[in-house]
Amino acid sequence: MDLILLILVPVLTLAALMTAKSQAQARMIAAAGTGIQLVLSVYLVIVYLLERSSGNIEQMLFTDKYVWFNTLNIYFSTGVDGISVSLILLTAIVTFTGVLASWDVDYLYKEFFISLIILSTGVFGFFISLDLFSMFLFFELAVIPMYLLIGIWGSGKKEYAAMKLTLMLMGASAILLVGLLGIYTYSSPTGSTALTFNIIEIANVEIPVEAQRYFFPMVFIGFGVLGALFPFHTWSPDGHSSAPTAVSMLHAGVLMKMGGYGCLRVAMYLLPEAANEMAWIFIILTSISIVYGAFGAIVQTDLKYINAYSSVSHCGLVLFAILMTNEIAMNGAVLQMISHGLMTALFFALIGMIYSRTHTRDIREMTGLMKVMPFLSVCYIIAGFASLGLPGLSGFVAEMTIFVGAFQNTDLFHRSVTILAASSIVITAVYILRVVAKILLGLPGSNLPAGTKDAVWNEKVVTIILIIAIAGMGLFPLWLSEMILNSLGPITEKLALLK
Amino acid sequence: MRHEIMLIIAAVIILIIELSTGKDNKSMMIPAAVILFSLVTFIGFLPIETGKLFGGSYNTSDMIILMKNSLNIGVLIVIIQSAGWLKHSFENFDNSGGYFFIIISSLIGMDFMISSGDFLMFYIGLELTTIPIAALAAIEKMKRRSSEAGIKLILSAALSSGILLFGISILYATNGSLFFSSLSSDNMNSSLQLLAFIFVFTGVAFKISLVPFHLWTADVYEGAPVNVSSFLSSISKASAIFILIILLFTVFNSLISVWNTVLYFTAVITMTIGNLFAMRQQNMKRFLAFSSIAQAGFIPLGIIGGTQFGISAVIYFLLIYIFSNLGAFGVVSAISNASGKENMDEYNGLYKTNPKLSLVMMLSLFSLAGIPPVAGFFGKFFLFTAAAVQGYYILVFIAVVNATISLYYYLLVVKAMFINNSDSPIEYIKNDNYTKAGLLICVLGIIIIGFAGIIFEFIESASTGI
Repeated sequence: MDLILLILVPVLTLAALMTAKSQAQARMIAAAGTGIQLVLSVYLVIVYLLERSSGNIEQMLFTDKYVWFNTLNIYFSTGVDGISVSLILLTAIVTFTGVLASWDVDYLYKEFFISLIILSTGVFGFFISLDLFSMFLFFELAVIPMYLLIGIWGSGKKEYAAMKLTLMLMGASAILLVGLLGIYTYSSPTGSTALTFNIIEIANVEIPVEAQRYFFPMVFIGFGVLGALFPFHTWSPDGHSSAPTAVSMLHAGVLMKMGGYGCLRVAMYLLPEAANEMAWIFIILTSISIVYGAFGAIVQTDLKYINAYSSVSHCGLVLFAILMTNEIAMNGAVLQMISHGLMTALFFALIGMIYSRTHTRDIREMTGLMKVMPFLSVCYIIAGFASLGLPGLSGFVAEMTIFVGAFQNTDLFHRSVTILAASSIVITAVYILRVVAKILLGLPGSNLPAGTKDAVWNEKVVTIILIIAIAGMGLFPLWLSEMILNSLGPITEKLALLK
Repeated sequence: MRHEIMLIIAAVIILIIELSTGKDNKSMMIPAAVILFSLVTFIGFLPIETGKLFGGSYNTSDMIILMKNSLNIGVLIVIIQSAGWLKHSFENFDNSGGYFFIIISSLIGMDFMISSGDFLMFYIGLELTTIPIAALAAIEKMKRRSSEAGIKLILSAALSSGILLFGISILYATNGSLFFSSLSSDNMNSSLQLLAFIFVFTGVAFKISLVPFHLWTADVYEGAPVNVSSFLSSISKASAIFILIILLFTVFNSLISVWNTVLYFTAVITMTIGNLFAMRQQNMKRFLAFSSIAQAGFIPLGIIGGTQFGISAVIYFLLIYIFSNLGAFGVVSAISNASGKENMDEYNGLYKTNPKLSLVMMLSLFSLAGIPPVAGFFGKFFLFTAAAVQGYYILVFIAVVNATISLYYYLLVVKAMFINNSDSPIEYIKNDNYTKAGLLICVLGIIIIGFAGIIFEFIESASTGI
């Protein structure tokens, strides 16, 4: 399959959106475009699996190269392995449901969908890039529409949140850029070949350890900020809580995964020596993320803040698992990215739907929603169960794999941080069950507007798609886990060689 | 030589038209100038032989022709964009002939300056560039601020010329020649020559408005008419950077270790100071003035280390910068002509009334900030790459931090236009075709130059042989 289609479809959708005359047209075009994208992604997964089962053991499949800046050896090279395929599928699901969840956006609707699709183009481009240059380009392309999306359509202290988020992420990308340029400079240590940005080519090169020590922290922090690495996570709660529903979904569901993916694909893969040496620093930071995020979620009273902090905790787990440098934990990391992406999208979608009915997100002001909107409430409980790792849902598969993998490091340090991180499961249960008990159970409060209805069709489609994905991943995790595991080989081999 | 001759012919034709048209149909001056200059720009792109003239006082090479063509394109946009202002500001297009004549004279000076092979030609070119610019700044004779800007410009320009001349005379004293070729083969090691370098660099840095020689910039930009400010900040600055590159690589090539250090520190303070001041500005012209100072601070990243690739990156960056900066100035000028509003908070809610202008402004500002997918990203990326390959990681780091800071204040404008609400937004502005065309060229440039790798390749193949 031609991967460039994954960029082309959103671009064509954008072009079509520009011609939209009414809200109905705009949202139909957006839904059609992202729907086609979803079909394409499912198709990609199928052809990928078929190709693998027919015995193709190339590291990257469907590779392609387009000349861009010839003299600089910059190509737009694309290709996917199991990790990127699964993340592309996640992105397509979240984008499609995100469009459906913003069915009722009526203020500057055209601009809203355009920004949303630009964002998703950035994410798709990021995941199919095999080239540091285009990867960085798409990374920034995905971040910048957030400013407008939060600033214009957000709520609360949106201007502050939008500026904070954009500047922190762009600042991170600035640090990242220095790291990437460093890798580029050392991509041909002997000077025998031209310098290159191509990840696969750089992976065959030994970058001097002294250089790695400088650039690993830059790359890891640069991507890590997007993955809510402590202490650079502060953009995330403010950003999520001010963003409109679909943007929170995409942001927590997909954008934060770019951080984890970048850390895995660039920092760990290309700079393995420094990764082994310095992992302990970042393991400590991510452990703090995990526990601090969970405790943060306990004390919050705003539903979006609760889930934003919970995202900090869960995304911390992704980075934590990546740093464990073994195959099982890394497999868990990718599974956790997908699982968290799906369930956090579901959470934010539900919060948006509940908010549009109750006009408050403060859990102290809501009670007994189960009686008023049973469908949404049940969905919320399912999302909550997925989040606290109930077997049968996606969270269990991911977290279990991570902790099993992490515990395989036999030294005291790794074991103790693993135990510490595992304790977050308990804390997660506390804040999830607290919210469920507080807002869903009990008698309906008097402050609900009269005639509040349960979910309408587009909301049902959103939640059902996401729940099917979550449950599907929980019940049939094997093919996904296999697909990812088979692609982790090159990365873990490089890391294991050095131990 | 063709560029200069074409320009001189164009200038003379404009004078003739100015004299031969009656008082009532002066408005035909504008289409005449636009067509004439489009022709000049087009002819500039036709292939031409390169070499030396007048015993080496005048050089052309592929790179120099490329530089001249970039300037031509920029001036063409400025001329197109000026139409609205000329109509608005002068009764019966009173001054337009003079305006076009002066702007072309200044461009002739730039072309001679870039082509010069000795300091005499260089100095004449420089003065021919500067004096018309002062006249341009003061062209709105009835406005105090415009005259003030003219005086400020001419005084600081005179001072910088003086310093420059002093440097040149020291060079002459130590070497006995004014020719670049003979100076560049001289291994400069005396402290007198070092002093000469500092003086010459200072003189040129005035024109580029590198910190600490930037103090005239904001005042002049604010006082001068918007279109003149855009000419100053794009064309005049670009030409000065071109000549700086040529001087550093020919005359002062043996002082490379010295000018690397000098450039390092000027780069750091220029972008930092430019950014810090830009953050506080409310007036859009002052805002863009400081932003252009900060932008100039990025240029030394390409020059430092003295590589071929760095020079291509600088020329590429400048080409993009010309388009982006003219786009931003074009919007400011369109708004200022129609409503007289020049403050950032008066831009509140602009998107609702003038969506197209707001979008052009946003694209231009994103391009200045270096946000993909618009061209500014590529320009900055290559500058950073050039410096990083040379091992200047700390400088690159400072530069990327500054790029993030600059994003903050560019976003402030975006916020005003798109997010803030206003009770009395700027009314819908019906732009004439010239303004539209001018902005369209800028937008096309901003979008295409980045994606078309072929343009960078062309620049790289042309910028050899310095």
